[in-house]
Amino acid sequence: MAKLKQETSHEMGLHQEQLKGRTQQKFFSIDESANLTYFHSFEVDTNKSAKIDALDMTPREINREIRALMEGGIGDITVDNPMSRHGVGVGILNRLNLTFTDSLGYFGCGLIDGPNVHIKGRVGWSCAENMMAGTVVIDGNAGSTFGAAIRGGDLVCKGSVGARTGIDQKGGTIIVGGKTGAFSGFMMQRGRMIVLGDAGMNLGDSMYDGTIYVGGEVEELGVDCVPGEMTELDIRYLTEKLGHYDMKAPRGVEKMQKYVSGKTLWNYDNLEPAEKKLIL
Amino acid sequence: MCGIAGIIHKNAGKDVNIGEQMTAMLQALKHRGPDSTGYAMYGEDNGNHVVRFKVAEAADLEGSFDIHAAIEDRIATVNSRMEDLGAKIVKKESATEYSHRYEIQFSGDMKKLADFVEDIEGVEILSIGNSLELIKDLGDAAVVSEQYGLNDFNGTHGIGHTRMATESDVDIRSAHPYWAYPFSDVSVVHNGQLTNYWTNRRALELKGHRFSSNCDSELIAVYIADRMNQGSDLETAMRDSVEYLDGVFTYLVATRDQLGMAKDVMAAKPMVVYEGDDMIALASEEVAIRTLFDHHIETFDPYHGEVKVWQN
Repeated sequence: MAKLKQETSHEMGLHQEQLKGRTQQKFFSIDESANLTYFHSFEVDTNKSAKIDALDMTPREINREIRALMEGGIGDITVDNPMSRHGVGVGILNRLNLTFTDSLGYFGCGLIDGPNVHIKGRVGWSCAENMMAGTVVIDGNAGSTFGAAIRGGDLVCKGSVGARTGIDQKGGTIIVGGKTGAFSGFMMQRGRMIVLGDAGMNLGDSMYDGTIYVGGEVEELGVDCVPGEMTELDIRYLTEKLGHYDMKAPRGVEKMQKYVSGKTLWNYDNLEPAEKKLIL
Repeated sequence: MCGIAGIIHKNAGKDVNIGEQMTAMLQALKHRGPDSTGYAMYGEDNGNHVVRFKVAEAADLEGSFDIHAAIEDRIATVNSRMEDLGAKIVKKESATEYSHRYEIQFSGDMKKLADFVEDIEGVEILSIGNSLELIKDLGDAAVVSEQYGLNDFNGTHGIGHTRMATESDVDIRSAHPYWAYPFSDVSVVHNGQLTNYWTNRRALELKGHRFSSNCDSELIAVYIADRMNQGSDLETAMRDSVEYLDGVFTYLVATRDQLGMAKDVMAAKPMVVYEGDDMIALASEEVAIRTLFDHHIETFDPYHGEVKVWQN
C-alpha cells in the first residue's frame, strides 16, 4: 500500500480550533482516498470500465448490477438512464468510480462508504444520507435533507439545494454551489458545510458543533448558531476545498461568513457511562 | 404520504393530451398513495357549465339491494331540481352507475343550484365549471383513467392526486381534488397534514361555507374560495394561506387559466418543479415529471413558504 500522505486535517491546523466536545473526527482527504482500505470489499480495477443502461431496470436491479460488476473487478461504472429513480447507488462500501449520466430520485447514493460518484443531473431528497467516506458530486440541483447525518466524505452540489441540508451532520463536508433552504445544519454535530449562495431561515438551529460557511445572505440564524471569526486557516481550507471542485465563492472566500455553535449542551463533554467505568 | 402533480401548457392551445400526461405522472406516484386517484383537468369551454357529481359511494353498491333503485331516484331528483331552478340539461354522461357528468345551460345563482342539488341524500357535486372536469375514484391512475376514459382528454392544464388515506376514510368523498365550492373552475390538491383544521373549519362554516368531507385538504379549497369571494386574486389568497394554515403541506390550485403552488414555512413536504418555455410540470417527485421526457431536464425544489402561480 502506498504511504499515506501526511498533510492531514491536523497538519492543516483544522483541529486547532476550539471544538467544544470530544471528537473522533478525522476529516476525509480526497488525496488519500486511493489509499483507504475497506475490509470485506471487492478488489476492483478503476481502469476496467462498464456501462449499465438502466432504462427498463428497477432500482434493485440497478444496485445488484453495480454490485455484480464490482464483484467482477470493474472499478469504473457508468449508469445511463437512471430516470430519477429512488434508492439507486446505495450501500456501496467499496472503492469505485461511479457515474450517473442523468438525475436520481430519493435516497440516491445513501449509506455509502468509499466510492467517488458523479451525478450529471439532479438528485431528490436525502441524497448521500449517512455517507461515511468518498465523494458525491452533483452537477444540478438537489432536494431537501441533502447529506442527512453524513459521517464523512465530500458531498458537493454545484446547484441549489432544498431545506434541512446536513440535518444531523456528524462529519464530512457538504458544499452547495447555490442556495440552501430553511433549517440547514439543523442539529449539526461535526463536520463542515460550505454554502456559496444564500441560506434560508433557522440556519444551524440547535447545532452542537461543526462549522458552517456562507457566501451569500442568511435569512435568519437558528437557536444556538452564532457568527464565528474567520481565520487564515478557514480561508486556506475553503480555498483548497473549493478549488478541488472548481468552485468559487462569488465574493471570494475572504468575504464568507463563518457560523458555529453558540453554546455547549450541558452534558456534551461528559464521558459515556462505559468510559467512566474505565477511569474510575 | 400522498402524491400531487400538475402541468400547464402556455402556448399550445387546447389540443394537448393532458389526460395521458397526467395519468403518466400520477401512475409514477402510485407508491405515495394507492387508495384513490383524482384529476382536475381544464379543457375546451363550449359555453356550457360542466357539472360532475356522484349519487353514491362506490362501496355503497356492495351489500345493498335497494341502492340501485335509490340511485335512480336520486338521479331523477337531481334532474327535476336542476330544471326547477331553470337549468337546461343539454348532455348527460356517466362513467359509472354512481358518477355522472352533465352539461347544463344556466344563468342563475350557481351556489343556490349546488346547494339545492346537494340537499338530496347521497348526492355530492364534485365540481362545476366551464372548462373544469374533476374526476376522482378509488384505485390508481391507470384504473381511474381507464374507467373514465381520460387518456384522450385534451386541454391546457391540470392537477392530480394519489391518496394515502391518513386523516379520513378511503372513499370518493375524501379523495382529491377538491372543488372550491361554489366557485366554478377552481380546484385544489394537497399533500400534508393541517393541524388547525377544526378551528378554521368551524370559523368558515359560521360564514356559510359547506364541507362535504372530514378531510383536512378540503379546508384549503374552502379557504381559497372564501378569499376569492372577498375579492382576492389567486396569488394573494395563496400567499395568505401560508400563514393561515398550520401544519406541513404542499398544495396546488388550478383555475380556468392559472396553476399555482404553495409550500409551508417548514418546507416539510416535497415538490419538484420543471419550468420550460412552453410547459411547467410539477410533482411530489421528479420521477413523475420524467415520464414526460426522454431526455435530461433541469428541475428545482421551491423553498419554504414559497408561492408560485403560472398563467397559460
